[in-house]
Amino acid sequence: MTAQPAGRAMDLLRFATAGSVDDGKSTLIGRLLLDSKAIFADQLEAVESTSRSRGYDYTDLALLTDGLRSEREQGITIDVAYRYFATPNRKFIIADTPGHVQYTRNMVTGASTADLGLVLVDARQGLTEQSRRHAVILSLLRVPHLVLAVNKMDLVDFDQAVYQRIHEEFTSFATKLTIPDLTIIPISALQGDNVVTRSEHTPWYAGPSLLHHLEHVHVASDRDLVDTRFPVQYVVRPKSDVHHDYRGYAGRVAGGVLKPGDDVLVLPSGFTSTIVAIDLFETEIDEAFPPMSVTIRLADDLDVSRGDMICRQQNAPEPAQDIDAMVCWMTNAPLRARQKLSIKHTTRTGRAMVKNIQYRLDVNTLHRDQEAHELGLNEIGRVQLRTQVPLLADPYSKNRTTGSFILVDEATGVTVGAGMIN
Amino acid sequence: MPDRTATPATVPAAHADYRLSQLDELEAESLHIFREVAAEFEKPVLMFSGGKDSIVMMRLAERAFYPAKIPFPVLQVDTGFDFPEVLQTRDNWVNRLGVRLIVASVEQAIADGVVVDDGKTSRNRLQIGTLLHAIEEEGFTAAFGGGRRDEEKARAKERVYSHRDEFGQWDPKMQRPELWDLYNGRIRAGEHMRIFPLSNWTELDIWHYLGRERIEIPSIYFSHQRRVFTRDGMLLSEDENNPLRRGEEVTERTVRFRTVGDLTLTGCVESGAATIDEIIDEISIATLTERGATRGDDRFSEAAMEDRKREGYF
Repeated sequence: MTAQPAGRAMDLLRFATAGSVDDGKSTLIGRLLLDSKAIFADQLEAVESTSRSRGYDYTDLALLTDGLRSEREQGITIDVAYRYFATPNRKFIIADTPGHVQYTRNMVTGASTADLGLVLVDARQGLTEQSRRHAVILSLLRVPHLVLAVNKMDLVDFDQAVYQRIHEEFTSFATKLTIPDLTIIPISALQGDNVVTRSEHTPWYAGPSLLHHLEHVHVASDRDLVDTRFPVQYVVRPKSDVHHDYRGYAGRVAGGVLKPGDDVLVLPSGFTSTIVAIDLFETEIDEAFPPMSVTIRLADDLDVSRGDMICRQQNAPEPAQDIDAMVCWMTNAPLRARQKLSIKHTTRTGRAMVKNIQYRLDVNTLHRDQEAHELGLNEIGRVQLRTQVPLLADPYSKNRTTGSFILVDEATGVTVGAGMIN
Repeated sequence: MPDRTATPATVPAAHADYRLSQLDELEAESLHIFREVAAEFEKPVLMFSGGKDSIVMMRLAERAFYPAKIPFPVLQVDTGFDFPEVLQTRDNWVNRLGVRLIVASVEQAIADGVVVDDGKTSRNRLQIGTLLHAIEEEGFTAAFGGGRRDEEKARAKERVYSHRDEFGQWDPKMQRPELWDLYNGRIRAGEHMRIFPLSNWTELDIWHYLGRERIEIPSIYFSHQRRVFTRDGMLLSEDENNPLRRGEEVTERTVRFRTVGDLTLTGCVESGAATIDEIIDEISIATLTERGATRGDDRFSEAAMEDRKREGYF
């Protein structure tokens, strides 16, 4: 961990990795953590001693991320683990997920908040079903930046032809997906080539090292700064002597830039008003943009409550009860037509019924199975829902916040599905 | 008293490029979590230990609902072995914010037979039963904690909304998927949720934030003279509740605490860091995690934290 230089703001990048032990993902993460000094001596010692007691002749860096006892016993990563490191310019949050098909739901979870997805391939094997699946999931979740790390280049003598072949194959595959920004980097996680600094072994590669790319990839413009969306989360009413008439709408900006003086529309009521002030604690600020949490005051005394949306008259989502979405199913009992569930979309909670399942998507081949009548655990498909309350939604491709929802089992309270609105 | 507040790490940017600093983004995420819980849960409570993390929690709660008061009470588990400086800071905060303070005392829980003091179990461990009893007694449905995922491997996989069954237990294999910022707060009667708004903060983020916000924290975090002795490789405070064992010798040293907990188990480190800036410099080159360095309770086994968490620890 490096101290933050005074007077200079450091920003944040969230990235998701997926993969199994064999493709060197844990070694790569271990190296990023080690080289950025995010691993402490006692953590490294614990991992070294466990490796020794298991009779390994190497330090198993996977032990750093495999946190739960059941995982350590089984030697697999079964959940999403979050890891943190920082360089002088940027703080990084890694959502580290297992790569096998039976953990698709974990990958979806990790990708849901990611600005960037990191997919690893073994240079000796080239693209596998697994690496294609990871790219498909990152694309479905609209992760704006994708890095394909061609790992174990040391085992193919840093042969440019090997890199070139994988590069071409992946680029051609990626045309079927939505990947706004793709970077392909030849690395050796074990030996550190092109991880932190550019390697002498790959003179034919002109691009950045992995860490350099992670530090400089521009993510602020990935958010929607045009379409104003402010889901009201909580109404602040102090009712104290000093703030007797204060009425503020607290929430997190989901899209657009809000400013005092803006004319706004409140949905679903359709009332219009003007923003008087935007409060951030004791300060009134000039503008609010995603992902800021602020409190908005309006000129008129309207009946606005949690679940409402503040937007612009010329630019507002169409309230809809018929929802068409890609759904990732996350529980053992399958999703079927007529099923009733609880749905949470922005700050709005209601009930939803499954009207039909249009198709099941094979995340390995992109084949659409139109005959599918249900979605099982870890399966993804196109589903039509009818909601009891209208959702103030945008297509997920336009806005990841107002385009996403979760489905909750009403009996057990468990989150059973994740949806992305078409 | 020396001015211990740090020089602001960031200048409020003219957001020409619509970028937030990492502290602003972490704060925005935490404020969202506080408001979500206040909106969706019937009876939340903020667990307050007096440590720097729970002080940041108080600050975030204050900011989330301003200019209204924090809409839930504060709960502290008093081990009877708390540092007096910590209790002083707690009282200052609670008075300033005008919130209700509930103190669940381990001593009282022992006297009432809620937990059993067999002389071998640490106060830290007895806190668990005391805490669960308090949550049950008052009927709290959500309890905010200051846990961070960078602290420990088991925490690295814990959700922001962490479900507890009717026995207050955490089942790491039954965790709910947590996607986007759509938190699922659904619980059944008798169950409750632990909420961790600082999940994505690191120790360094906490210090940068304390410096930026110029927040009051207990003085024992800063360098001071203290009578200490060495036990299990840690420097512990001389105290009537912490009798010396054979061969242990008290010396006076210049120390500070990196975490605060039960004073019989919480070690200090030799340090001359007297301001937040100096602490940040010190942590930036530290080689041991704060828990590994100074918390006896986490050292007993590789899975120590996971075991305590399953039972209902913070």
